[in-house]
Amino acid sequence: MQSTPMAEEYWRRTRNLMWTTLVVWFVFGFLVHFFVGYLNEIVIFGFPLGFYMAAQGSLIVFVILIFWFSAKQNRIDEEHGMAEEE
Amino acid sequence: MRDAFIANLGRIYALYTGTFLVFVVVLAVLEQMGLPPTVIGYAFVILTIAVYAGIGILSRTAQVSEYYVAGRRVPALYNGMATAADWMSAASFIGMAGSLYAQGYDGLAFILGWTGGYVLVAVLIAPYLRKFGAYTVPDFLAARYGGNLARLIGVIILVCCSLVYLMGQLTGTGIIASRLLGVSVQVGIFLGLAGILVCSMLGGMRAVTWTQVAQYIVLIIAYLLPVVILSAQLTGVPLPQLMYGQVLQRITELEAANSGPGGYLEGIKAHVVAFNVRDPLNFFALILCLMVGTAALPHVIMRFFTTPSVREARKSVGWSLLFIFILYFTAPAYAAFAKLEVFENVLGRSLEDAGAIASLPSWIFSYGQAGLVKVCGEAAASADAVLAACQAAGVSTLDFANFSIHPDTVVIATPEIAGLPYVIAGLVAAGGLAAALSTADGLLLAIANALSHDVYYQMIDHTASTKRRLIVARILLVGVALLGAWMAIAAPAGILIFVSWAFSLAAAGLFPVLVLGVWWKRANTPGALAGMIAGFGMTAFYLVGTQYMGMPTWFGVSNISAGLFGIPVGFAVCWIVSLMTTPPSREMQAFIEALRVPRGGVMVADKHAD
Repeated sequence: MQSTPMAEEYWRRTRNLMWTTLVVWFVFGFLVHFFVGYLNEIVIFGFPLGFYMAAQGSLIVFVILIFWFSAKQNRIDEEHGMAEEE
Repeated sequence: MRDAFIANLGRIYALYTGTFLVFVVVLAVLEQMGLPPTVIGYAFVILTIAVYAGIGILSRTAQVSEYYVAGRRVPALYNGMATAADWMSAASFIGMAGSLYAQGYDGLAFILGWTGGYVLVAVLIAPYLRKFGAYTVPDFLAARYGGNLARLIGVIILVCCSLVYLMGQLTGTGIIASRLLGVSVQVGIFLGLAGILVCSMLGGMRAVTWTQVAQYIVLIIAYLLPVVILSAQLTGVPLPQLMYGQVLQRITELEAANSGPGGYLEGIKAHVVAFNVRDPLNFFALILCLMVGTAALPHVIMRFFTTPSVREARKSVGWSLLFIFILYFTAPAYAAFAKLEVFENVLGRSLEDAGAIASLPSWIFSYGQAGLVKVCGEAAASADAVLAACQAAGVSTLDFANFSIHPDTVVIATPEIAGLPYVIAGLVAAGGLAAALSTADGLLLAIANALSHDVYYQMIDHTASTKRRLIVARILLVGVALLGAWMAIAAPAGILIFVSWAFSLAAAGLFPVLVLGVWWKRANTPGALAGMIAGFGMTAFYLVGTQYMGMPTWFGVSNISAGLFGIPVGFAVCWIVSLMTTPPSREMQAFIEALRVPRGGVMVADKHAD
């Protein structure tokens, strides 16, 4: 199956989506929190931004990220005829 | 309980939620008419456990695929709720807000770590294992890595991680039941055990799934209600997650004004400032271990085997995290409201005479009697006890250094802090019980299924009939439950640290071979065996060495983040050994290619499936 160009293209796009998603995950799971000291200088609605990102902001990004990923991956499946039969 | 049941899920659970709310309101009315708190406590425990048990009995099954994967018919949304209940333990429900109270920003490592891992589950693991159609995680290891040796190592790692975790849940169940019913913790553990077994024994995964959905509904209502009311009282807006920003501001002001020499907050660590408790290395290492551990804990992964399709499995991870998020983004609000209450109404008060002490908020004494609140180093059982302890210590003003609360108190005491009737406190305890029971159910099933399916059926007697397999599965379930309860009773209190170790052990032992098994065709049997043993061994070595052998830590990394060393070792050893040995066969290459595309249905057929 992998030998057909269609299958190779399918796996290439799946892999790219995986890396994209993991980059976003890394940024919000780790990278932004390196800058907590600077971000805490900014206060929005009482929340120091650095604290907010760890307490809520990154979590919201994770939830949206997974739904976005799953919609995107479903589209890739369908475009390459790899989706499940109904 | 056939497809009509699936079609009517929304109506059934809406009715259930409505009935539960009516039940709470009725109890509240009865309380006003003079129903004593003990009866309310009993009503909550008995009625909720009876409902869970009823669901368990209605969901009984004689089919193997129903028993192991709920017939693969659980819609994404409901699997999300079940996963959220499966995931959120007594520690999340009761303990986490208290950790945030004590640690401020640095406690948020748990919030980030226990949510971000779901991104890894969705992207790297769950859809592919669902496509394979495994009953258990070791099933997949056996198929991908040449048979029963990989299966056996997988089972050993699974049992090590899940059993200590199960023990923690049983202890949690015992503590909550004992507080609610006034029985001893040991009796509480066995009461909880009975509830867990009735839910899971007859219907396996199918029963656990529908019970966990019911438990999620109870626990999320119980978690949100007190803090929503408290937020409305203090800020006028019933959205604690939004309004605690103002509370944080107030906390920061009070800290700045009173933390100087002689101030009642002298020596306090600022709540919103990072890296007071953990240095950056430990903060990020803990996040990494918790995230990777989430993606490797078998009781979480196996929940995604129950969805009708690969597509639903992916979406279901999103729902799971959304339902978890609702609790986790509320926990810091609990911590902030509790801290403000302590700063404004408790600390800085005079301890000169019994009259002044007696005017402290009443929750201090209610929880002081249970030893959860300590003033001047002694349990704050009464105004006289506090006076005696503080006079002995020579303390005349209650300050930060002389006041401590047990982490569990923050969530439990909030109803009383808000001045709510006892029925709300009973509701919170029922929520904590639901959280502990649902996680214990999932863990118990993960262990018992690995023993009955992987060890008994796949390794000992592959010709066993359906009936025999299910009998063995149920006997093992009861056996594991009793073992867990015995360990929970026999174990010293400090053993709860094992729970956080489970994450590092799973992360290092299972994550590398699961991920490489899907994403790297070149990973082969010797590589995987070596990788599992090396990753798990490295982590266990660091844990045991630093905890018991007096081994110095490496780079100051605390042993709850032992996976920081084990995870890279697991990946590296699997990679190097795979490259040094022969590549997987052509058949294995085809197997991996089929694994990677959703089309084509599950890849394993169970000859005794029905």
